[in-house]
Amino acid sequence: MEPDKTRQYYRLLVRMIVILMVCISIIPLVSIGGVTIYHFSRSLKKSVVTHLETIVWEHKINIDTFLNEKLANMQALADSSTIEQLLDNSFLRARLDVFQERYGEFVDLGVVDDTGHQRTYAGLFKLEDAMYSDADWFKKAMMREFFISDVFLGLRGLPHFIIAIKVRDGGGRFWILRSTIDIEEFTSLVEDVSIGKTGHAFILNRNGYFQTKPRFKRQELSFLSPISDVVVPKTGVSIIEDEGETGNKTIYAISGLKDGEWILVCQQDSADAFSSLHQARRLVVFISLITFVSVMVISFFLARRLVGRMETAYLERAKMHDQVIEAGKLASIGELAAGIAHEVNNPVAIMVEEAGWMEDLLEEDEIIKSDNRDEFQRALAQIKAQGTRCKQITHKLLSFARKTDSKLSDLQLNDLIKEVVGLSRRTARYSNTKIDTDLDLKIPPITASPSEVQQVLLNLINNAIDAVGKDGGMVMVTTRSGGDYVVVDVSDTGCGIPEAQVQRIFDPFFTTKPVGQGTGLGLSICYGIIDRMGGRISVNSAVGKGTTFHVRFPVHTGEKEA
Amino acid sequence: MITTHVMLVDDEEPFVETMTKRLTKKGLNVAGVFSGHEALDKLASNRMIDVVVLDVKMPGMDGLEALQEIKKRFPLVEVIMLTGHATVESAIEGMRLGAFDYLMKPCEMDQLLSKIGEAKDKKRLHEEKIRDAKIRELSSQFD
Repeated sequence: MEPDKTRQYYRLLVRMIVILMVCISIIPLVSIGGVTIYHFSRSLKKSVVTHLETIVWEHKINIDTFLNEKLANMQALADSSTIEQLLDNSFLRARLDVFQERYGEFVDLGVVDDTGHQRTYAGLFKLEDAMYSDADWFKKAMMREFFISDVFLGLRGLPHFIIAIKVRDGGGRFWILRSTIDIEEFTSLVEDVSIGKTGHAFILNRNGYFQTKPRFKRQELSFLSPISDVVVPKTGVSIIEDEGETGNKTIYAISGLKDGEWILVCQQDSADAFSSLHQARRLVVFISLITFVSVMVISFFLARRLVGRMETAYLERAKMHDQVIEAGKLASIGELAAGIAHEVNNPVAIMVEEAGWMEDLLEEDEIIKSDNRDEFQRALAQIKAQGTRCKQITHKLLSFARKTDSKLSDLQLNDLIKEVVGLSRRTARYSNTKIDTDLDLKIPPITASPSEVQQVLLNLINNAIDAVGKDGGMVMVTTRSGGDYVVVDVSDTGCGIPEAQVQRIFDPFFTTKPVGQGTGLGLSICYGIIDRMGGRISVNSAVGKGTTFHVRFPVHTGEKEA
Repeated sequence: MITTHVMLVDDEEPFVETMTKRLTKKGLNVAGVFSGHEALDKLASNRMIDVVVLDVKMPGMDGLEALQEIKKRFPLVEVIMLTGHATVESAIEGMRLGAFDYLMKPCEMDQLLSKIGEAKDKKRLHEEKIRDAKIRELSSQFD
């Protein structure tokens, strides 16, 4: 694969893994969160509504009971007394005292005739002879059996309402028995209702006037619009959710009082009622977000690492693949070379023999005595010399390819190196080259064929000396231990190998030496020997600075092939 | 000195021919054949042959088989193996089977001649020993 495409492929792989991991971890999280929130919100809504309903219902009962009780008190008074008694101030006073003692809320009692003239009065104020003929409550009371007025600020500036009962005397004339009721207690019932931060209750009449003080004055008018439109149930409780004028969603629980004349409202901002829900929702969202981000980050790094590993594995495999191909190539070239060498051997042998035969003849024949005789002999000698050269080449080729016949033995590389370096010193002296060794005395012995290892070392050292050339320089042989290998480095300060040639130096017949001076087989023979031993040979080179060959001999060697 | 009788065995006819000429020139009695079978036939018909120069790699019956057959049927005849480099192992194997020595192709004439001489000497010594033993045996019968 091309490097660009490969990188793209790996990037895609990383993305896929990240997406997959994120999906796998996020989908259940989101669904669990969603389901939980849904059910939680449903049950919470239900409980909020139920709570409001209960409060409204309880208060409705209480207030209705309160009103009915007052009405019943008055009714009892009207039924048990005659008009004459009622028109008696002291009787009325006595009754008021009893009421106040027993129930407390009665502020005064009065008897009004059918013209609106208050005939008797018992109470704190001097209201005898007050005229109520124009009062709204009086007109309404005259039309019914009894009447309970809306709350109003009376003469005293205190909120109160009036209970009026129509009484008929013996002469058929109608009288009104009226009482002012202090609503302190009954409003406190409603005004004390407090739910959460915004939940409160109040009473309105049909026209939208407040009968109790609402907790939040600013909302005074806002209640009117939603409630006035709806049918207020006389007995049950209805729940309305609407946006108030403030724009906040509000829940209203509504119930009718006093046969639907008054409306008991209990309200709470939705936001307040569901604050725990919102809190839970926020928490879930927050946790989900954190999880999402961490899953993203973790999966990204995980995927990166995974894919990185894959990439290295792939590269290593590719490298190994190359090496296998290289080894195979060398092996097949070796076999081919061996075949050619063998086939060439016989014709060369014949040529050499024929030349020898001609020499034999020349020595004896007296016929050719011309000047050319020497020339003939020179030419034949040359043919023989070149034949010998061919022989050397073919023999080297064959030794490159032949199966090893050398016996394996334990050998100390250091000793062998000393020996080989000793052999090479003479050659080195001609080219002003110094050979030095740096031997690690602790390296373990290796199992190998001494002649083969010697061949490899000799080859490398001779190459190094050649690379240094006539100008002189340094050849260094070092040994060191490297895991299961003993590593021998042969480095020189010579001309170096151009990069283009580095890949080819182990190929058979590759040589940079002039024709006739090198066969180009030395390094490929080395490669063959080291490869068969299960070792490795590699090279580092910088043009102009020098070359280092690294040879790794396995400590526990086994022949690669049986 | 008695003429040495040599037989050259190689499938390369030009090689055999030239070699024959050169060795004859050196004063040897040379017979050249081109296969193992021919060599055996020749040995059977010509009892004078002292040394066989045998190529290891031949089509049909190869050098080693021919060697074994020669040693079985004509144990006194000495054999020099001639080999290319790749068949050194077979040459060594040949020496284990009773060959006198081996030479690598292409070989130096002097080397070949000296090896043939050595082989001939060995054979002669061996034959003399056999003759002596026979004489001793015969004389012991008379005692």
